[in-house]
Amino acid sequence: MTNRYPLWKYCIIAVALVVGLLYALPNLYGEDPALQITTGQGDAPPAPVRKRILDLLADEGIAAKGSGVRDNHFLVRFHDTEAQLKAANQVGLALGRQYTVALNLAPTTPAWLRAINAQPMYLGLDLRGGVHFLMEVDTQAAVKQAMERYVNAFRTQLREERIRYSEVTLSGHSVQVAFKQAPVREAAFQVLRNEYPELTFGTDENGGKFQLTALLPQREVQEIEDLAVQQNITTLRNRVNELGVAEPVIQRQGRDHIVVELPGVQDTARAKDILGATATLEFHLVNMSHFPYEGGPNQPVAPDDKVYPKRDGGYVLLKRDTILTGEFITDAQAGFDQQTGGPEVTIRLNSAGGKIMNRFTSEHVKDYMAVVFIENQTQTRKVDGELKRIRSRSEEVINVAQIQEPLGSRFRITGLDSPRESHNLALLLRAGSLAAPISIVEERTIGPSLGQHNINQGFLAVSIGFALVVLFMALYYRIFGLFADAALFANLILIVAVLSMLQATLTLPGIAGIVLTVGMAVDANVLIFERIREELRAGATPQTAINAGYAKALSTITDANVTTLIAALALFAFGTGPVKGFAVTLCIGIVTSMFTAIMGTRALANLVYGGRRGVRLAI
Amino acid sequence: MDLFKRQSHINFIGMRRHAAILSAILVLIALVSLAVRGLNLGLDFTGGTIVEVTYPKPAELQDVRAALAAAGYQDAVVQHFGSARDVLIRMPSQQAASAQLGDQIMTALTESGEARLSRVEFVGPQVGEQLIEKGGLAMLYTLVGVLIYVAFRFEYRFAVSSVAALIHDVIITIGVFSLFRIEFDLTVLAAVLAVIGYSLNDTIVVFDRIRENFVRMRKGSPSEIANQSINQTLSRTLMTSGTTLIVVFTLYLIGGELIAGFALALLVGIVTGTYSSIYIASTTALAMGVSKQDLVPPKKEGAELEERL
Repeated sequence: MTNRYPLWKYCIIAVALVVGLLYALPNLYGEDPALQITTGQGDAPPAPVRKRILDLLADEGIAAKGSGVRDNHFLVRFHDTEAQLKAANQVGLALGRQYTVALNLAPTTPAWLRAINAQPMYLGLDLRGGVHFLMEVDTQAAVKQAMERYVNAFRTQLREERIRYSEVTLSGHSVQVAFKQAPVREAAFQVLRNEYPELTFGTDENGGKFQLTALLPQREVQEIEDLAVQQNITTLRNRVNELGVAEPVIQRQGRDHIVVELPGVQDTARAKDILGATATLEFHLVNMSHFPYEGGPNQPVAPDDKVYPKRDGGYVLLKRDTILTGEFITDAQAGFDQQTGGPEVTIRLNSAGGKIMNRFTSEHVKDYMAVVFIENQTQTRKVDGELKRIRSRSEEVINVAQIQEPLGSRFRITGLDSPRESHNLALLLRAGSLAAPISIVEERTIGPSLGQHNINQGFLAVSIGFALVVLFMALYYRIFGLFADAALFANLILIVAVLSMLQATLTLPGIAGIVLTVGMAVDANVLIFERIREELRAGATPQTAINAGYAKALSTITDANVTTLIAALALFAFGTGPVKGFAVTLCIGIVTSMFTAIMGTRALANLVYGGRRGVRLAI
Repeated sequence: MDLFKRQSHINFIGMRRHAAILSAILVLIALVSLAVRGLNLGLDFTGGTIVEVTYPKPAELQDVRAALAAAGYQDAVVQHFGSARDVLIRMPSQQAASAQLGDQIMTALTESGEARLSRVEFVGPQVGEQLIEKGGLAMLYTLVGVLIYVAFRFEYRFAVSSVAALIHDVIITIGVFSLFRIEFDLTVLAAVLAVIGYSLNDTIVVFDRIRENFVRMRKGSPSEIANQSINQTLSRTLMTSGTTLIVVFTLYLIGGELIAGFALALLVGIVTGTYSSIYIASTTALAMGVSKQDLVPPKKEGAELEERL
């Protein structure tokens, strides 16, 4: 008998190899330090602006290696990081805050490879450096807020309809309204049911009281939670854009977690300040009968009033009712007061906010209005052996000013400490207030030098491990060992190609996975070759031995690989970050190794030995 | 080159008593160590903060400790990490853990010397608890998945004995980490799961041969057949373990500090996995009474059915 592969099988192998080589190729090219410039809307800047940037660089004597519009940004490449940093400062200063200028490492993949969408592997944070945050959204708080809105809305609605209720109470996901008489409750029931079709209403009698219960169904609760997470993601995205990060990752993970990955960011303190703080503003009217306020923080006050600390010391008594909250703010810009030269923030409201502000301030000209800055922070502490998440809410009056004239949708806040503070405040206000408090539950920061170090060590480990296995196989199985080595090499190319195509994240454990795959990939070949040897020992002719060796080993190889795949998939499902990277490379490696180790080596064996009779197998 | 020119005839099944005693002792040591000493769980599971910094010159740990103490972090654990220039600072998890701690430590260190930040990791305590839960579940799912697949492809007694071998491997691997107080972090857990996959691979190969020989060989008791099967696959088992050990050992030596635990778990796991697939898995299956009839596929079941109809 002879061992021949039909032409189409050779073709499949050749095509797989060529495609693999093409898509693995971009990884051989290096990276240029670059600037990535986008508009506030996330588009590439228009041509005049691009020209201005290049002219500016030429004026400053910073040599650019190249530039061009890529996807949705304008990319300027430099020869070294020094030029890149210098350019970032100059361009950032010249363009102002309408544009985001981010540092990036741009791959130098040639155009013909980019044309077929071939890109280098996507490196994880542990390899390129950067910050990883895992944030938890307090969805319960969002639901509670929603419930409180219902309570307020019920009160207002019933009052407007002149329906007399005795009390409105909140418990969990339901609102109870108590009435003295059944017909009154009936009237309220009609009104509220029409107005709030999403709620489930029920009635109840309890100790002479007629109760109406409105329950928020689980489906709605879920929706509020989803919305809160979604809104937080949007807000975080805006904030990250403000930070100027190229290729940030902001993703939902599980029900109430958000992953934020900022490659290349080193100043984590600032990143955290911007991302983690849930700051918002509230505008309150000052209680004019107690202004300036003489009392301390713990003095009893009227239920409508509340004592707030002032940022520059002392206290002020404000009305509890909020005139306006940060949600209405559409823009905020830091600047300097024309007269005093102190830092200030100019706030712009949306039309609804402008109307509210205008109506209110025209009724209260000459009264004083206070701006309250509210910041939420979370800390975990051990209290009596139990871990408790302590959410602190700090409220501070940053500014009290007389309403000189009715305000519109645009006005200023002065009285801030420093330009940095006005800048940060403007940034937080612009990015919007977060729908529900979030807290950082995990952080991983990797310095850029450590990232490069990890890449180098990983590469070294793969190379040495690979070389040793190749040597060992060639010594032990001679010509067939060389077949296996060729398959191993093809396997490595295919793994890299698939990783590049999928743009799956390569992490340090991922590299370990590749190393492990190299060791395990030869298993299929070992199984086959041992079988062939057995057959030869049993007296089979070389051609029969090859055929039987491959045929008999196949089911064993399949069983062994499927079970390993089960473990790898479980790893993938469980894994976060780095571990997932390991699972991904392991899975890919198992699949590609099946192809190269079985089909690839068979093709080689057939080519070399297949057509001839009476050959001696070098195995 | 051929180390196994002739078929080996080692009586593995005959050594099952010794193997069982050895395994029992090892598992016992591992379990006792786990019960008494527990695991030296890494940051991923306990929560807390670690900061890794690099100095331009070899750093004196005393100075680093002093700088931290001056800033109010007396109970920070300070140690070298990989080289004398790299310093790892661990904050005990009992302390108020917040995402700000890493930055504060960094500030304290940069004030006292030329420390450069290499790495900060902060893990909230809840995250760690969730991870332990998820890790345990992943292991459970893997074992159940394997149990089902092997039972489906072979027979339930093979499934049970391969899972027994896996549990044996996992316990010993984790036991080594407990006994020598080596840090057990997320990557080590990943390695343990990979060990499950690997060790199973070995076991399956042996089982596959046993099944084949049960069908093919007319003569011989089950234990003779099992013995022969193990011998037939021995060179393959040792070859594959050999190449895998080569690369994992390379990884352990030069992969760097971050990956050392991972590589060590694989090293231990592969050695025990190889041992268990030779000595434990098949003997357990035999002890459970696997016989020829269980594996020879029932012939013409459908045909008989047709005749009856």
